[in-house]
Amino acid sequence: MAIYGTALLSLCLICGLVAGQLIGLAIGVDANVGGVGIAMLLLIVISGRLQAMGLMAKPTQSGVLFWSSIYIPIVVAMAASQNVRAAFSGGTVAIVAGIAVVIASFAMAPLISRIGRAEASVASLPESSSPGDGE
Amino acid sequence: MNELWPAIESVLVKYSLITAFALVGLIVWLSYAISERVTRGRMHGSAIAILIGLVLAYIGGASTGGTQGVADFKCLAGIGLMGGAMLRDFAIVATAFGVRLDEFRKTGLSGIISLLVGVLTAFLIGAVVAYAFGYRDAVSMTTIGGGAATYIVGPVTGTALGASSEVIALSVATGLVKSMLVMILTPFVAKWIGLDNPRSALIFGGLLGTTSGVAGGLAATDEKLVPYGAMTATFYTGLGCLAGPSVVYMAIRAVVEM
Repeated sequence: MAIYGTALLSLCLICGLVAGQLIGLAIGVDANVGGVGIAMLLLIVISGRLQAMGLMAKPTQSGVLFWSSIYIPIVVAMAASQNVRAAFSGGTVAIVAGIAVVIASFAMAPLISRIGRAEASVASLPESSSPGDGE
Repeated sequence: MNELWPAIESVLVKYSLITAFALVGLIVWLSYAISERVTRGRMHGSAIAILIGLVLAYIGGASTGGTQGVADFKCLAGIGLMGGAMLRDFAIVATAFGVRLDEFRKTGLSGIISLLVGVLTAFLIGAVVAYAFGYRDAVSMTTIGGGAATYIVGPVTGTALGASSEVIALSVATGLVKSMLVMILTPFVAKWIGLDNPRSALIFGGLLGTTSGVAGGLAATDEKLVPYGAMTATFYTGLGCLAGPSVVYMAIRAVVEM
């Protein structure tokens, strides 16, 4: 049934967010540290196991896939509820700083991509057989 | 006529989330039609939809004076619920369904490097711009630098350091400008920065870090990349909140007082 998939998704998100909150608490930060990321890892691992055991029936999958497919409309709603006016009226400092940081970060993407690749190709050989928890 | 609108509005308010589904559906449909007919598919439908969303948000903010864009209209409050953190995070996690774990494992190291570089660059650039505009004390520079990370890191850092409310507001505005620029510009720069595979999407998420910006920008570029970018981006704000009031503040204070 579809609700099984949706419930699995919900459980992953709740567990991830609780973990993220606890990490924040542990390091003394008033924010959720990586909760959504942990939830994604949980979903990937658990749904993978269930699929291998043959426990992910088509209707169960559709209970997850619906939410994945509604993602873009949700992002559109998110855009429509942003405080765009504040961004524009924040003054020149905000606009200049925003533009500068975006350009710099864009420009660095290919650079980091290259550094990481060189190191990964060396490190991946011995590491590939270790079970690692996939971060 | 005087009685007609309140009657309709009461339904829209009561069923606000349903109203939001209908309106967003309409926006998306219109956007894909524009994408096909007007831009001949050159601009992605979802990019246009996000742009329309931002324009509507500006109109909403300008006419109601509120902070939640179009959701400040009473009858459109459901847009705020639909686009709020709860459903957004739920849908982001759902996009990870079917993703292979190996993809994350392969990028482990460069993902972490991109996070560190991304957060520190944001603080550095924000602080330099703040300095150039006359905000020359370490607290203000760090706070605006935090805003250049995300609009959550800015106020968290500013509050921890005791920044003035004017500076905190500026840091939020900086974060909002960043998030919007990332949403709008990502599809256009994707080719130049090699944003076409899971690896580069992970790095991209770590460098930019604004969850809303990365999620919107990647959705408008290639839906398949969303889970990868979102994954690293979710660690960015936490890292920024951790580093801002501590290491970064001490470094900036040391430089300013030299």
